[in-house]
Amino acid sequence: MSLLELRNLRVEFPTRRGTLVALDDVSFSIAPGEVLGVVGESGAGKSMTGAAIIGLLEPPGRIAGGQILLEGRRIDNLRYDDMRRIRGKQIGAIFQDPLTTLNPLYTVGRQLVETITTHLPLNPAQARARAIEWLERVGIPAAAQRIDSYPHEFSGGMRQRVVIALALCAEPKLIVADEPTTALDVSIQAQVIALLKGLARDQGTAMMLVTHDMGVIAETADRVAVMYAGRIAEIGPVREVVKQARHPYSAGLMASIPPMDRRVDKLAAIEGSMPRLSAIPQGCAYNPRCPRVFSRCMVERPDLIPAGPTDAACWLYAPGAPA
Amino acid sequence: MSDTPTAASPTPPAAMLETRDLARFFDVSRPALQRLLSREGRRTLRAVDGISFAIPKGTTLSLVGESGCGKSTVARLVVGLYGPTRGEIRFDGQSLATARSDPAQRSRMQMIFQDPYASLNPRWRVADIIAEPLRAFKLVEGRDAQQKRVGELLTQVGLSPLDAQKFPHEFSGGQRQRISIARALSSNPEFLVCDEPTSALDVSVQAQILNLMKDLQARLGLTFLFISHNLAVVRQVSDRIGVMYLGRIVESAASETLFTTPQHPYTRALMEAIPDLDMTGRSRIPVGGEVPSPITPPSGCAFHPRCPLANDRCRQERPELRPSLGAEVACHAVEEGRAILS
Amino acid sequence: MRAFFDSDIWFSFTRSWLTMGSAIVAFICIAGAVAAPWLAPHNPFDLASLQLMDAFKPPSWTMEGDPLYPLGTDDQGRDMLSAIMYGARVSLLVGFSATIFATCLGVSVGLLAGYLGGTVDAVLMRIADIQLTFPSILVALLIDGIVRAAVPREVHDQIALFVVILAIGVSEWPKFARTVRGSTLVERNKEYVLAARVIGLGRFKIMVQHVLPNVLGPVLVIGTLNLALAILAEATLSFLGVGVPPTQPSLGTLIRIGNDFLFSGEWWITIFPGVALIIMVLSVNLLGDWLRDALNPKLR
Repeated sequence: MSLLELRNLRVEFPTRRGTLVALDDVSFSIAPGEVLGVVGESGAGKSMTGAAIIGLLEPPGRIAGGQILLEGRRIDNLRYDDMRRIRGKQIGAIFQDPLTTLNPLYTVGRQLVETITTHLPLNPAQARARAIEWLERVGIPAAAQRIDSYPHEFSGGMRQRVVIALALCAEPKLIVADEPTTALDVSIQAQVIALLKGLARDQGTAMMLVTHDMGVIAETADRVAVMYAGRIAEIGPVREVVKQARHPYSAGLMASIPPMDRRVDKLAAIEGSMPRLSAIPQGCAYNPRCPRVFSRCMVERPDLIPAGPTDAACWLYAPGAPA
Repeated sequence: MSDTPTAASPTPPAAMLETRDLARFFDVSRPALQRLLSREGRRTLRAVDGISFAIPKGTTLSLVGESGCGKSTVARLVVGLYGPTRGEIRFDGQSLATARSDPAQRSRMQMIFQDPYASLNPRWRVADIIAEPLRAFKLVEGRDAQQKRVGELLTQVGLSPLDAQKFPHEFSGGQRQRISIARALSSNPEFLVCDEPTSALDVSVQAQILNLMKDLQARLGLTFLFISHNLAVVRQVSDRIGVMYLGRIVESAASETLFTTPQHPYTRALMEAIPDLDMTGRSRIPVGGEVPSPITPPSGCAFHPRCPLANDRCRQERPELRPSLGAEVACHAVEEGRAILS
Repeated sequence: MRAFFDSDIWFSFTRSWLTMGSAIVAFICIAGAVAAPWLAPHNPFDLASLQLMDAFKPPSWTMEGDPLYPLGTDDQGRDMLSAIMYGARVSLLVGFSATIFATCLGVSVGLLAGYLGGTVDAVLMRIADIQLTFPSILVALLIDGIVRAAVPREVHDQIALFVVILAIGVSEWPKFARTVRGSTLVERNKEYVLAARVIGLGRFKIMVQHVLPNVLGPVLVIGTLNLALAILAEATLSFLGVGVPPTQPSLGTLIRIGNDFLFSGEWWITIFPGVALIIMVLSVNLLGDWLRDALNPKLR
């Protein structure tokens, strides 16, 4: 059974000019111990999917349809307090900016101990020992001394490690990580990715990794979901999507990444930009930019259909498509 | 390889921009009263500490490095937004101060910024934003002629002349960056400083902007100083690359040379750190530690606390840039042959 | 204009009954005051039309009321409604002028301090700090006192109105200066300002063309709230007898005059100008509150 399952999730933002559909018909599942990468351009809805799962959608955004199931139990309709309990114990969250997660007024030790004692049957002394253990595990040198430091006494990379320790210390089954390495320098990024990946593997924790960085996904994820204009364009095993994407958008996205190993005269860019939520075209949302567009794309919106080893929301893989 | 123009060599005749021993320090001391109470001295942040380079006309020099290495400070120094603490900057053979005081010379240099949401005045229409240099340098007189020129510039960067009447908030990040470029181009500059021009953009849009910049360089013969933290991006645009660490250039080489045979341990660590998109299964050993504070830089070679090759000499003596295998490297291990090239 | 009615500001305006209500009330107050010479039933300053017989008439709905004087008359037989309308005219004139004066002074100081920084900033802001340690009414009293001592009485009566405007304006500029300085510090490091500096635009051009339009949002809010405060300050000064000359009575003057009769039973002479003052100040204040919320993206 899958650990997390999203069924036709729909998130709406009511505005005075009508309702904007921020997420439309998003379905996927994550198995225990699996890392699902979610990629897409800014505004594609990837962060919003994460926020919907942990129950922290920014108002006036609301779940307008579909279900979110954790271990087969619906969590999208829970009251705030029930959701908060789940958020600490079952789902850990890591955000881009470590400063938003850490309370600047408390030592990191106090925050870790508090989280541990809330969710695990340990007394304060045991919890403190456990907290030091976690700080060591995320690679903080001299953890026994640093535990009584305040967040501002850590550097950016170290702070993100503390956040990871905080997200993992209650031993959640699922981690939602939203751009966990974006604010970090390249050399620190690599350390944090290696750390996250190792911990998830050792603990058997499932992870939803939201990022715009394909390199991070390629290194870390088992499967990838590519999002475009609030919908999943393609989902499948990471190697397939990275190496041989089926959806023209994922293929274009991969091609536009500048290569490290050679210089090219002209990079393969996707012309135009992603439509605003208020102006999503009829049919497939990608049709104005798609190099392989045909008549059906202009009228009908495609759902995910099998396209070889991946699933792609593209009419090219439906029967009767032009070759 | 040995005849490659190197950064510290005597001025090549056609250098658009040249710096010698350029340095910029910032006073980051706390207010005098607090300093007195806590008995601490003045604190100086050495953002840029003695760098020299030359950019031949029509070429691109890139400076890469992590945050806090001083690359953006260099960008601001060479367009005169900051004054240097030490060293000199020469723009097309004349001192920068002289060039900056002459509008005709000033109009030859322009800058493109990182944040497309902050680089355009939100209260101005696009037409006024792009026409500002035209008016400031009195390049095109008369409103009609200016509007015509704005239309041409917008077309040149891939937008419609009709966009001139809109406000910046009506555009996406990539389109705004195009407007920024159009503004920079409007004074017919020869030298463009680009401070992380694509790092705030999505990858598909980044490719559009990089293509546009390369295209403009080829058509207009522009000279670029390109600042970036992204090695893959830098490889696509540069002729020559300087790798910066804590205010100094640690390795400087022609683009191809740097990528095929990186020599400085830091350069190699940076390349190691890039996630492997080809999924070759290459195992990566990330460099440990973090960038030290530029207020209290380590003794000797600033990279020694993180360097696998560091020895006592590295801890005490600061290495200078020295020619090595067609590049210039500031590393004792490379000089002594202790660094084994893979 | 169409863009305005399509904007978020207009939308949030139409969504709040309280805001719409206070806007209508404020409009009625201002219109009534401005058009007093045409709308007021009597001219309280036309000595010829005053009849002492009509003095101390209570409001028209009471037993001894006279339908000619809806809100009654004062000790000299002046119609209270007309007096209030003319008085509000003076109050508003002083309020608006003082606010505009304080805005111009404060915005200029804040812009200079924030953009130029260094010594200019330190000196200007210390002056503002010092002034903020005095209650504004004290500053206004001080300025008024100095002018009274410096010029002869006849001259003072002529320039009294300007003195009050100056006194209130001077006492309130630091608020504007501080806010503008804060926004300027943020704006001056934004890249669009750097771009203008790369072109080589002069400092004052950059301040006026680039920074100023982007720091005016909060100024509009404090300006509106300050208008209410300035009206109150003028009323206080006039109540204390150091405000506008008695020949041009403001609401504050009317309240002071009425105060003498409050305990002898002629309550309407002081209560009605007081109520008018409260309504005017409250509606302007509510408008200012709404404007602050509407312009603050975080609260939206």
